[in-house]
Amino acid sequence: MKFIAALILTVLSGYASCLFLPWWSIAIAAFVIAFIIKQKPGWAFVSAFLGLFFLWAVLSYTISSNNAHVLASKISLLILKVKNVIALILLTGFIGGLVAGMAALSGSLLRKIIWSNKV
Amino acid sequence: MKIITFIFSALLSIALVYILNTKMVLPAPLGKLLAPQSGVWQNAENDNEGFSADLQFPTLNGNTTVYFDERLVPHIFSDNDVDAIFVQGYLHARFRLWQMDLQTLSAAGEVSQVVGDIALKHDREFRRLGMVFAAENSLKKIEADDESKKLCDAYTAGVNAYINSLTESSLPLEYKLMGYKPTQWSNLRTALFLKYMSYDLSSNERDFELAAAHNYFDSTSFNLLYPVKQDSADPIIPIGTVFAEPSIKTVAPANADSTYLHGEVTAMENEKPFAENGSNNWAVSGSKTKSGYPILCNDPHLGLNLPSLWYEMQITTPTYNAYGATFPGAPAIIIGFNDSCAFGFTNGGRDVRDYYEIQFKDKSRKEYWFNKEWKTTSFRIEKIKIAGKPDFYDTVAYTIFGPVMYDQSFGGKRNTSSKNYAVRWKAHDSSNELKLFYYLNKAKNYTDYVQASTYLHTPGQNIVFAAKNGDIALRTQGEWPAKWPGQGDFPMPGTDSSYMWQGMIPQSEVPYQFNPERGFVSSANQRPVPPNYPYYLGREYPSSRGVMVNRLLNGMSNITPQDMKAMQNNNYNVFAEMLLPVIIKNMDVTLLSGSEQGFFDQLNKWDIKNEANSIGATVFAITLQELRDTVFNDEFSLAPEGALKPFESTLMEALLRDSSYKFIDDISTPAKESISNMVTKAFKGACLELNNLKTSHKLEWAKYKDTHIDHLTKLPAFSRLHLPIGGGEHIINATKAVHGPSWRMVVSLTPQTEAYGIYPGGQNGNPGSKFYDNGIDKWVQGEYYTLWVMTKNDINDNRVKSKIVFKRG
Repeated sequence: MKFIAALILTVLSGYASCLFLPWWSIAIAAFVIAFIIKQKPGWAFVSAFLGLFFLWAVLSYTISSNNAHVLASKISLLILKVKNVIALILLTGFIGGLVAGMAALSGSLLRKIIWSNKV
Repeated sequence: MKIITFIFSALLSIALVYILNTKMVLPAPLGKLLAPQSGVWQNAENDNEGFSADLQFPTLNGNTTVYFDERLVPHIFSDNDVDAIFVQGYLHARFRLWQMDLQTLSAAGEVSQVVGDIALKHDREFRRLGMVFAAENSLKKIEADDESKKLCDAYTAGVNAYINSLTESSLPLEYKLMGYKPTQWSNLRTALFLKYMSYDLSSNERDFELAAAHNYFDSTSFNLLYPVKQDSADPIIPIGTVFAEPSIKTVAPANADSTYLHGEVTAMENEKPFAENGSNNWAVSGSKTKSGYPILCNDPHLGLNLPSLWYEMQITTPTYNAYGATFPGAPAIIIGFNDSCAFGFTNGGRDVRDYYEIQFKDKSRKEYWFNKEWKTTSFRIEKIKIAGKPDFYDTVAYTIFGPVMYDQSFGGKRNTSSKNYAVRWKAHDSSNELKLFYYLNKAKNYTDYVQASTYLHTPGQNIVFAAKNGDIALRTQGEWPAKWPGQGDFPMPGTDSSYMWQGMIPQSEVPYQFNPERGFVSSANQRPVPPNYPYYLGREYPSSRGVMVNRLLNGMSNITPQDMKAMQNNNYNVFAEMLLPVIIKNMDVTLLSGSEQGFFDQLNKWDIKNEANSIGATVFAITLQELRDTVFNDEFSLAPEGALKPFESTLMEALLRDSSYKFIDDISTPAKESISNMVTKAFKGACLELNNLKTSHKLEWAKYKDTHIDHLTKLPAFSRLHLPIGGGEHIINATKAVHGPSWRMVVSLTPQTEAYGIYPGGQNGNPGSKFYDNGIDKWVQGEYYTLWVMTKNDINDNRVKSKIVFKRG
């Protein structure tokens, strides 16, 4: 339950923060959620990773299919040296997930330190 | 322990963000670029949204509505002339900002601040040429005139209105990829853009290269290599035209023959615009058309890039209704038509850029010798910003001639540095080209066209005109310096005024044609006038295209727009028609091997057309290259580096006229070669390359030529490569590898105008848009779009896909 809650909250706060703040604010959002919700650090990483992977992959896929994948095929050629729209979308998701996951891990570890003295 | 793990994790997180946000570790900031809500994904245009909007700007005077059709061509309906131009600026920025921003930074010599010191040489060259100096001079004239100032201000305001609306997410793609932001627009930048077109079209001189050849070859040889007259030329203003007494009688300096350039020439300009920048235009009168009304055609030949140089639009105001191709970077319609007439341009090509050798008193360059005394230079300090490096300061000395472009501190591609050269470029003189275009857009008749044309000083252009009342005309327009024979061919002495330009040819003496008997006017960059013209024109007009255009038009009657479209796409090679018989006649077939005979058969059965799948065209092209090298390399390998190689047309005419042309002999051998020796030797050399092409399946003309349209960054992902299109040099369809018809237009001046146009690109400069390059395939096929001249009654037409309303507020 905590896992699902953390995942959903990370997704919502990650999306909201990017409406006004630069992209890396997803790290702040993930850090804060993982600090608030008690999870084993390993699971904190996984919930944030999956959440942001899902968010960024779905967002980019939606944008791309409304665009008939015109841009994605060119950008994938540029970045990945091959025309592969799915690979680009997966890469996008992976980057979002990794950044959020690491931040959530840090947040969860900090929580353990600060709250370890409390019962 | 826990603390250490936390710190480690936190640092790793921060490092990860840093790596993904900068170019320090990865070649690109992947996190920043791929973030869906702000990065490049935001440039993926949504097919389901249109471009509709309601906008308000305080500087507007009234109301304007823009209707976009299914090709994203905007049809502007404005209640006043000035707002229409504001909206034009806004739309240029909306769809082509990055391109116009970069092109004007390039013109101003300000690219290093974006791409780093790899552009420093370019920036110095352009500053020293005086591009900004020229733009400032023109701007003074533009702003001194109330009308053009208002238009220029409106254009600038429109561009900036769009720039100021941009957010991080809506920045055009290339800015995100290259990591910088757009620079504010200004009237100076519009002037700079026009000067950039001047540079592209009026830098047709090779003074240093020709001087190097002149120093080396004796005068008989020199005149055989670079003839002033060409027999095959069919000038724009036909042979037989009578010219008035010239009002300027030029006088060559007494010492011209002896002192006009002896001694070493060391500076050579190596950044040059395309030598082939040119075009075709023609107009046929009603006497030759099926409809009985004139037809006007134009296809400008320029470098082919994405985003395209041209942007289509229609502008309707209470005073005019015009449609055509525009330049993002400048106001008005440049090539197009209105409800009364049509107009188009080809490059004039006269030499309007000359160099003068300057004697400085000393290394400080503070004084130079002129008319028997030391004159003071003025200095202009050019500050060049370089991304990631400290600013570079270039101090340029200005003399009475203009800026000293090449000196001790900068020489382009120099061998030794002992001489200083100032550049006198007609583009430095102030002029108001804005009025040319604005008045052409509003022109209702021949008189209006002439009045508009006289505003064009530089770059000189052949302006074609046709009207619904039946008139057709052409002017070899420009403000041209009056030169004595040979003046400006080489760098000239700059120690006194005797070599300066002695005046400008008055507008009343500009050669023109008006309703000629032959029923058409045309220009294809050939020699503008016949030999009896009283002023000197220089040596640089190779063009078989003019011959072909005139041959076709002379022979045609009952002409339809379809005939004109076919003519613009004509692949017949009149140059080959003239040279091929010489090659075939002089081939020693006894010396050819089996495979060489096979290629020779291709030449024999070739239909003289450079169609996309032609093999004969490839064989001819490579043979011609080899022939030129075989004939001239032996002599030129001994000449100074950089000496100008003769034109193909010179070779062709020499061989046609004289089989004992002096240069046929290979001076590196004791024997005296004949034309047959050279042709056979050249052909055998060509066969080596032809065999390689055969193996790699690239013998067909289009595959060999490999036409491609590159994005301005040259990134293949944004470019269109390997286009299967024919045509080439000397051919009406002048499509070469990266250069060709950048816009094709056919306008029939019937009461209801019938117009067709196409350019190899699309209206939206965003690579993420389906309108980025949608015109290319059609252009390759030689097809055209029908140009829709929209009226107020059409606003519910289903061709209208979105609209933007501009209001004051």
